[in-house]
Amino acid sequence: MQPVGAAVPLRVDIAEKTFRSAQGVSITALQDLSFEVRQGEFACLLGPSGCGKTTTLRILLGLDKDFSGSFHLPEGGSDRIAAVFQEPVLLPWRTVEQNVRLALPKSLRTKNLDGLFDTLGLAGMRSLYPAELSLGLARRAALARAFATEPAVLFLDEPFASLDERTAERLRHLLLTVWSARPTTALMVTHNLREALMLSDRIIVLAQRPAHVLGMFDVRLPRHYRNPQVMSDLLRSFQQKFPGVA
Amino acid sequence: MMSPPDTGDRPPGAAAGTSSQSGLAAALTPVLTVAVSLLGLCLLWGLAAHAWPSRAFPGPGQVWQVLLAEAANGDLFYHLGATLGRVAAAYVVAMVVGSLIGVLLGSHRSADRFFAPWVVLFLNIPALVVIVLAYIWFGLNEAAAIGAVAVNKIPNVVVTMREGARALDPTYAEMAAVYRFGLLDRIRHVLLPQLQPYLAAASRSGIALIWKIVLVVELLGRSNGVGFQIYLYFQLFDVAAILAYTLAFVAVMLVIELLVVQPVERHATRWRRRPA
Ligand SMILES: Nc1ncnc2c1ncn2[C@@H]1O[C@H](COP(=O)(O)OP(=O)(O)OP(=O)(O)O)[C@@H](O)[C@H]1O
Ligand SMILES: [Mg+2]
Repeated sequence: MQPVGAAVPLRVDIAEKTFRSAQGVSITALQDLSFEVRQGEFACLLGPSGCGKTTTLRILLGLDKDFSGSFHLPEGGSDRIAAVFQEPVLLPWRTVEQNVRLALPKSLRTKNLDGLFDTLGLAGMRSLYPAELSLGLARRAALARAFATEPAVLFLDEPFASLDERTAERLRHLLLTVWSARPTTALMVTHNLREALMLSDRIIVLAQRPAHVLGMFDVRLPRHYRNPQVMSDLLRSFQQKFPGVA
Repeated sequence: MMSPPDTGDRPPGAAAGTSSQSGLAAALTPVLTVAVSLLGLCLLWGLAAHAWPSRAFPGPGQVWQVLLAEAANGDLFYHLGATLGRVAAAYVVAMVVGSLIGVLLGSHRSADRFFAPWVVLFLNIPALVVIVLAYIWFGLNEAAAIGAVAVNKIPNVVVTMREGARALDPTYAEMAAVYRFGLLDRIRHVLLPQLQPYLAAASRSGIALIWKIVLVVELLGRSNGVGFQIYLYFQLFDVAAILAYTLAFVAVMLVIELLVVQPVERHATRWRRRPA
């Protein structure tokens, strides 16, 4: 068995994060934000727009070091992290496949990606440049890149934003398929409650800015039981527990 | 497909042809235009030389004769080669040093604020002063010659590459940080492609400027090269030879532009073209 500490790969304890705008106005984006994500768990950070979700992810990704508090990512072994950003962020001058392979560590550079590309419906698009992809396809490529790296923790920042509902729904299913093939500890940011209920094991509900945790909502049901009927039950019990949210 | 209204600058046959024929004509038209235009210039030059016959104003035929003679005895290629070597060396030094400084200044505001006056100062030092000082300080040698040309070009490269570095998109660097790209991958796949348009701009203006300065450097302190030959024939008052060397070198630079610069640029920007 793994030691107890390893069971919690992601532990967040951010005391405060304050932005200072160019005019000298300071905005406190996060305050006393603490939560954990357990091994192999798919967690969602749910909060209203502008509450500080992207800010939280940027801190966890190591892109913003100007905050007080701490967080722990898995140490030793595979400590790689992967991210799907709010925009796809593919290198426009590299093909889809090159974009994916460049993100891989040296030991995986030559690995066979056929399965992953097939699952995500990108098999025929490996040699296209990002400018030749629709937004939906570009987001799939960003998902492929994240999963190809076999990360210890996966971060997703509203990966289905600004897509039409049908495309978003297809991508959610694709995400579930790839994720189920290799369940990875994942933290996804969203402000879409239905999406959170459909995808996650646990929803971390954030308050308005400055963001802090309002509470947790566990969805213990296996994902393939979450049919429309069950989803509306989940929705109702969520709204009972968190009246006024979403 | 609709064909655009006939503007009258194409022969009637081409306008009435099938789309593939008019495509070929469209591809050939610019080449033909350039050829006819240059031919016209030659003709004008020949007429003028014929009207005012003088040793100081030879016609195109005479220049061509000198060119052939110099090519036959090998002098032309020896001196062209010497100049071309200096142009290449100075270009590489100027691009590498200028890009490094430019990118550093463009990505560090405080350094930029401190060094910006230096850049302006160097931009405004006349090329001739740099060349003379280089020869005085470092002697009449090849390193001084190439260094002087590079120093003349570096401030231009710095200014262009500083713009490029300011325009870098931080989201790509952040993606590279999250996925732990190595240093070489970051330079090759993230940094250089973003700087490519600026590198191309600096290269273009660079080559044009550098080869002109190289001629001055050769005139002042080298014993071979096109600049040296021009100085020699200036003392002999041989205008035909001066024009022969000048035209030969211009032709070489045009060929380099067509065979090296443009293909490299097309390759570097292939991802921009999207199929219709
Ligand atoms: N660089 C910055 N400088 C100043 N303020 C910022 C900066 N980045 C974010 N903020 C502020 O911090 C707050 C949280 O921003 P953040 O981008 O984390 O929101 P979000 O929850 O991701 O919103 P959305 O759902 O719209 O993406 C916002 O009010 C924003 O104005
Ligand atoms: Mg956001």
